[in-house]
Amino acid sequence: MVSAQKGQVRVITGNAVGAYGALLCRPEVVAAYPITPQSEIAEQIAQFVNNGELDAEYVEVEGENSAMNVVLGASVAGARVFTATSSYGLVFMYDALQETSGYRAPVVMVNANRETPGIHAVSSGQQDMVSTRDTGWVQIIVENDQEILDQIIMSYRLAEDNNILLPVMVNYDGFYLSYLAEAVEIPLIEDVDAFLAPLKKQTPRQKLVPGVNIGCGTHGIEMGYVEARYKHCQAMERVKPKVDEIDKAFGDYFGRYYGGQIEEYRTDDADIIILASGSATGTVRTVVDSKREKGIKVGLVKLRLFRPFPAERLIEALQGKKAIGVIDRSVGFGWKYGPICTELRALSREIGTAPILSYIDGLANLDITIPHIERVVDELDTAAKGKPYQEVTWIPMEE
Amino acid sequence: MKEIRIHGRGGQGAVLAARMLASAFVAEGKHVASFPMYGFERRGAPVVAFTRVDDVPIREKTQIYTPDCLIVIDPGLLTLPTLFTGLKPGGVFILNSGKKLEKQPDKNLKVGGVVNATQIAVDEIGRDIPNTCLLGAFAAASGWLKLESILNALPDYLSGDILQRNLKSAERGYREVEVTKW
Repeated sequence: MVSAQKGQVRVITGNAVGAYGALLCRPEVVAAYPITPQSEIAEQIAQFVNNGELDAEYVEVEGENSAMNVVLGASVAGARVFTATSSYGLVFMYDALQETSGYRAPVVMVNANRETPGIHAVSSGQQDMVSTRDTGWVQIIVENDQEILDQIIMSYRLAEDNNILLPVMVNYDGFYLSYLAEAVEIPLIEDVDAFLAPLKKQTPRQKLVPGVNIGCGTHGIEMGYVEARYKHCQAMERVKPKVDEIDKAFGDYFGRYYGGQIEEYRTDDADIIILASGSATGTVRTVVDSKREKGIKVGLVKLRLFRPFPAERLIEALQGKKAIGVIDRSVGFGWKYGPICTELRALSREIGTAPILSYIDGLANLDITIPHIERVVDELDTAAKGKPYQEVTWIPMEE
Repeated sequence: MKEIRIHGRGGQGAVLAARMLASAFVAEGKHVASFPMYGFERRGAPVVAFTRVDDVPIREKTQIYTPDCLIVIDPGLLTLPTLFTGLKPGGVFILNSGKKLEKQPDKNLKVGGVVNATQIAVDEIGRDIPNTCLLGAFAAASGWLKLESILNALPDYLSGDILQRNLKSAERGYREVEVTKW
C-alpha cells in the first residue's frame, strides 16, 4: 500500500472532527440524540445528510436507547452504522449496549466523556465510560482532535473484521476535547476508502433478511448462552493484537501512529511511570519533558484501550520500574483506588515490586493541571527511593 | 507560547471569538489550541475561553492560569478577584468599555486597549455581540497578528450580511481602540 495524499487542514472542534470521521467512513444509517457536550456532532451529521455530503439514512429518535436500538437493527441487517452520545445518554442505552455486543454487531460510536452522578453534573469525567465497562464493548480513549478522527477510521477496520465483529466505543474527554478547536488534517475520502477496502474482501457477514430464519444475539439459555459468552470473550482477546496491527497499517498509510493498545513516551530508561489516558496525557508529556531536564527519569504510558484491558503490553512496559502512578478521571465505588488503577493492580505480581500509587483528579470539569502532575512525579520519585508514600490521593481534596 | 484568556457571558460570543482568533493565527503559520469552559449553555452565565498559540504543536490540554493576554468582553467581570492572578509580565489587556482606563489595572500589564465594542456592535451589527470588534482591537493593541488575518478568519464562521457587519465591526475595533502603554 502506498501513502495517502495530504488532506485538508482545518481548525475545528473535537465534535466536528467526530462528525467528519463518521462522514469519511460512509455510514449508511446514523441515529443520534443530542446531549451536552456531544450535541454539535449530532447536528453536524444531520447537516451532512441534509446537504447531500453523506448518503445515509439519519433516523431522528426520541432518546439514546432508541438510537442504539436503531443502529443495532440496521447493523444486523448489514448496514455500516454510526452513533454518538455522552453521559446520561450512554447509561440510558445500557441494556441496548449489551444487546448490541451480544449480537456481535460492529457498531461504531463516539462518547464525549462526562460525569453521570446527577442531572446537573454537566461536566467532564470518565465515569460514563467506566459505568459501561462490562457491556461487552471495545472501549478506546483518545488524546486529541486528530486522534478522534483517526481512531474512528481505525474503529471500523476493527469492528467489521470478521475475526472480531464487536461494537467499538471511541471515548474523548467532554469539554476538554469536544469543544477544543485545533488544526486537524482531514484525509481524502478515497484514501479512507482504500484503508477500509480490506473489509470488502472478507466473506460477507451474515445478514438478517425478511423471510429467512437465522439465529443471532445472546438469547440462549444454559449452554447456548455460555457458548456465546465464551466466543465473545475470545473475540475480546483477539482485539488486542488486532488494535496494534491496525495502528501499524494506519501509520504506514497515513503517517500517524498511536501505539495501538498503549503508547509509551520516554519509558525506555525510565525509573518511574505515569499511567494516564485521554486529554490529560498531552499535559503529562510536557511535565515528563520538564522533569527530565531536572534529571528525573520519568516516562508516560498512555492507556488507549480500556476494554479489553491491555495486560500483556502493560506488563512489558512496566516490568522492573521503580514506581508507578495511575491518574484516574473517575472513581471506583467500593475500591479505594481509581478504576484504571484497580485494573492495573490485577497485574501487580507480573509487574514486580514497584509501588503503585492511585491518583483521583479531573472529576467534574476540574483541571488536571501541570502542578498536579508535577506533584505526582515528585511523590513517585520519593516512593521509588523506598521512602513512605500515600497509596491513594484525591488531588483536589488536598489543595 | 502565548496564552490568551477571554472573559465574557453566554451570548456575547466569547467561545466563537477564541476560535476565530485560533483560525487567524493558523493563517499566519502558527499552531493553536482553543477551548471554552462552562457548564450548561445559558445566556448571561459567565464563560471563559482559552486560546494558546505557539510555533510548535501544543500538547497541554489545561485551562490557562498564566495568561499573556486577557480579553474582557463584559466589563462587569472586572470585579472578579482573580482576573489578573497569574498574568505574565509584559501582559496585554483588552477591555470592552465606554470609559477610559484611569490607572494601570495590574503591575504586570504593559499594554492596555480599550474600545466601546458594545456601542460599535450595536451600530454595525444591530445587536450587543462585541466579540469581533474586540478581535480587531486585539490585533491593533497586541501587534501579535495582522488585522487581515482576523478578517480572513471570519468567513469560516459567518456568512452573508452578518459577515459583512462583523467585518466592519472588527475594522472599527482595530481603528478606534485607545492603546495605553506602561
